[in-house]
Amino acid sequence: MSAIRYTKDHEYIRINGDVGVIGISDHAQHALGDVVFVELPEVGKTLAAGSEAAVVESVKAASEVYAPVAGEVIEVNSAIEEKPATVNEDPLGAGWFIKIRIADTRALDALMDETAYQAFLKTLD
Amino acid sequence: MMNNQGRPTRPGEAHGAARETFTGNRALDIEEPLIFDQGRFDSTGIDIDEPAPFADRLGGLTRADDLALPGLSEPEAVRHYVRLSRNNYSIDAGLFPLGSCTMKHNPRLNEKMARLPGFADVHPLQPQSTIEGALALMQELSRWLIELTGMKAVALSPKAGAHGELAGMMAIKAAISSRGEGETRTTVLVPDSAHGTNPATAALIGFDVQSVPAGEDGLVHPDAVKAKLGPHVAAIMLTNPNTCGLFEREIVEIAAAVHEAGAYFYCDGANFNAIVGVARPGDLGVDAMHINLHKTFSTPHGGGGPGSGPVVLSERLADFAPVPFLRDDGRALRLIEDQSGNQAFGRVTAFHGQMGMYVRALSYMLSHGADGLRQASEDAVLNANYVRAGLSDIFSQPFGDRACMHEVLFDESWLKSAHVSTLDFAKALIDEGYHPMTVYFPLVVKGAMLIEPTESESRSSLDLFIMAMRDLAFRALRGETERFEKAPRFSPRARLDETRAARKPVLKWTPREPWVEAAE
Amino acid sequence: MRYLPHTPQDREDMLTKIGVSSVRELFADIPQDKVLDRLVDLPRRKTEIDVERFLSNLSNRNVPASSAPFFVGAGAYKHHVPASVDHLIQRSEFLTSYTPYQPEIAQGTLQYMFEFQTQVARLTAMDVANASMYDGSTGCGEAVLMAHRVTRRRKAILSGGLHPHYAAVVRTISGMAGDAAASLPPDIFARENIIAAIDKDTSCVVVQSPDVFGNLRDLQPIADACHANGALLVAVFTEAVSLGLVRAPGDMGADIVVGEGQSIGNALTFGGPYVGLFATREKLIRQMPGRLCGETVDANGKRGFVLTLSTREQHIRREKATSNICTNSGLCALAFSIHMTLLGGTGLRQLARVNHANAVKLADMLADVPGVEILNKTFFNEFTIRVKGDAAALVENMAARGVLAGVPVSRLLPAAGLDDLLIVANTEVNTDEDRTTFIAALRGER
Repeated sequence: MSAIRYTKDHEYIRINGDVGVIGISDHAQHALGDVVFVELPEVGKTLAAGSEAAVVESVKAASEVYAPVAGEVIEVNSAIEEKPATVNEDPLGAGWFIKIRIADTRALDALMDETAYQAFLKTLD
Repeated sequence: MMNNQGRPTRPGEAHGAARETFTGNRALDIEEPLIFDQGRFDSTGIDIDEPAPFADRLGGLTRADDLALPGLSEPEAVRHYVRLSRNNYSIDAGLFPLGSCTMKHNPRLNEKMARLPGFADVHPLQPQSTIEGALALMQELSRWLIELTGMKAVALSPKAGAHGELAGMMAIKAAISSRGEGETRTTVLVPDSAHGTNPATAALIGFDVQSVPAGEDGLVHPDAVKAKLGPHVAAIMLTNPNTCGLFEREIVEIAAAVHEAGAYFYCDGANFNAIVGVARPGDLGVDAMHINLHKTFSTPHGGGGPGSGPVVLSERLADFAPVPFLRDDGRALRLIEDQSGNQAFGRVTAFHGQMGMYVRALSYMLSHGADGLRQASEDAVLNANYVRAGLSDIFSQPFGDRACMHEVLFDESWLKSAHVSTLDFAKALIDEGYHPMTVYFPLVVKGAMLIEPTESESRSSLDLFIMAMRDLAFRALRGETERFEKAPRFSPRARLDETRAARKPVLKWTPREPWVEAAE
Repeated sequence: MRYLPHTPQDREDMLTKIGVSSVRELFADIPQDKVLDRLVDLPRRKTEIDVERFLSNLSNRNVPASSAPFFVGAGAYKHHVPASVDHLIQRSEFLTSYTPYQPEIAQGTLQYMFEFQTQVARLTAMDVANASMYDGSTGCGEAVLMAHRVTRRRKAILSGGLHPHYAAVVRTISGMAGDAAASLPPDIFARENIIAAIDKDTSCVVVQSPDVFGNLRDLQPIADACHANGALLVAVFTEAVSLGLVRAPGDMGADIVVGEGQSIGNALTFGGPYVGLFATREKLIRQMPGRLCGETVDANGKRGFVLTLSTREQHIRREKATSNICTNSGLCALAFSIHMTLLGGTGLRQLARVNHANAVKLADMLADVPGVEILNKTFFNEFTIRVKGDAAALVENMAARGVLAGVPVSRLLPAAGLDDLLIVANTEVNTDEDRTTFIAALRGER
């Protein structure tokens, strides 16, 4: 199984070589509630680390999804624009947001792995 | 990335779905279809005489489509709206403890006064010689607002609280520009507990918003403000009394620090109703503050408007007030509508603002007088504290059990063990015949319940409310969760599916039946 | 005090229960040197009779529209409002309810909002409408901001036919936000070439029809030019009744339609409260300001309504909101909706015909008055005339003769050198006698 890394803002990035699949964690989708709308970037857009990559909205909340690392958008998951519920149902799978070509994979080292993220979640309320 | 407001927005299991009556009605509770489902597209409820034949002057721009809007006869229309009205909760029908919204009694005298022909039936652009009384009324309202706030001037024209906020922040921006600091002073400080309109307003006119943390006690402290102040700061926007129902104790010191740093102090006046006649914002160092006439001065909320948001200004900002404004030239009051020859920052609305609301608010002020307005504020604070005293042994307060202003704030920690959420609790209150309190605001408190009873409630009304709250609390803590999860059970509608509404928005009626399509 | 239920004994007992000896203790957080030790310098309480007397005296110093032949328009119009409208909006459940944040006990408000949105969408021939703005002018400001968000450009071009107050509102907000708003010169004959002003930086073009001088404008060519340049057309109207007879902006390519709804259901009230109508295309709804009501179902499967798409709004988005708007114009929207329901499409068309017919009659009568010239080729219920001398002075003189004659252009555009122009409106309330009196007063003055 491919490696996965998380940010403190609850985005994940699943790594396949220099390609990263970005989405929001299960904790994030749960905290948001029913997702009703997502806004995705255009393919080809260059994202700086920590820049706004997408927007995800539930009925009562709106959040930005930030790029965990820098890279260029190579694919977006239009299926979740049509059916936002997928983000709730399968956040780590079919509910992914975008794929990027990672500019520098060394930047991934600064992110949390699964164990570290689970430990981080325990520190939150 | 989360703001932790993710609470259920879809109702749970269906319940009580069995059809009890043929019509779907339940005695006085009557289902009312949309006008589009009952109106005929070729009928009208108004008699209008056909004009004599004439040659039109429309230059060929005549509307050709069918204007498919149903028309109802007067009896049908009256019945439609009367039936709709019965699905609404209202202050007139019961206690409406919606924190921060000030649902106080709306005296009917004010409605009668606003309908006097000299107010309701005058045009904003009539010659000024024909509206002397209207200008005198605006002048009198200004006098009251200025005196009650201890400020220098007031811009009456903003249409609502958020609009007054915008006007006030524009005056600040204009003042800063006039000092040549428009390019450098671009940051506005806003506490996390602020109303959403504050950061939205600042951002709208190009300010960068920086948040100021509140202390453990729910208050903003001078040190936290000073740490953020500097030559880049244009203003601070502070609500006082704040959204936690507490008076910002160190406001004078904060104001002094803000002024020393060359910035302005904007006060969100949404909660001014707590201190009318007791203390004056001008004496506390405020430079600009909007006043929600529909909160503090009882103009009706009308299901979400219209409001009115005059903004009072300090000496330092008075000259930048938008047009129109009144000027007394010694012989008569004149309405200055033109921006030339003064420092007005511009215009925020067509015409002169919410005259209908001015009349109502002044009618309310005159009725109360200086003595009654102070009494009203004292009673509002008394009532909130009475509710606090009646509930504080069960309901948890985020900042300890201490005197509050006109509203009392509880959090959800007391409910934690009960598996009942703040939302469920609020919905159960509906079944008890109450409008819920404000929930999940302010955002700085988890599962907030903000209760503002207002001065309009009698002691016996408060006693019953307190008992109902306590009864619900005991039931929640005893584990009677079903009562909460399925609430409200007795309202015209059960919980609504907000998720569905947002995922596939249906924002207007569209014809479904073939016969209607033919009329399109 | 008649609005305060507590007796002195109640207050005593309540203070005891709270555990303080005086109400002043509850205000202990206020710096004590700032607490007033006296009453503010304002009059004491008044009885209901005295308040009525005081306000009636002020009211009596104004000349109501109904008391004189009345031809004043330019953004607010005197129409007849059926008696049932004002009766219905004063029902407690409408008048004294709050924004429908608890939809289970606010279906009355929500359903009329939904009906209102549908009526406005149909009236303007647009896809969707919101639940109202403060008024037409502030709605116009919001429309321009919305166009900037949609196009990611920051320059608006304002027609010279746009109501000067609306243009001022747009220029004020634009100036503050650092956006460009270019106003074309006053365009009394509707001859401006606004298309030539559109470039690749243009976010939107704002055009009013009927314009402030009363001219009707064909929006289609402007819409086409906008779209060719990636800009939006914001169509404005100040006279909603015109939509009963004049081609709808949505039918001429407008992307955002914004207008004043006062004419339908609402009194003149010296300029407010009014109701802003705001409509747009389906694909732009998420950039729309203001509240929206949507249809859904409840837990029992019954149809119901809720406020929706609220993540656009300030209470959630805060500094990223589409607008800082919070209050809308609920009760005025209700008045609009009730009047519209009584009219129906049939009644509105008829009402609009009567308005137009009356204006045509006056125009025909004015054609016979020497020294007076009608500038409009087209109009709905309002047009601009050129008089000899100063129109503002003429209006004052005619007022002294008991006729409220119209709006001098100099009142709206003081520095434009258009001091001899007068904007004259005619609605269904104007009788043949009114028009005869108007002509007589006008003749007497020249």
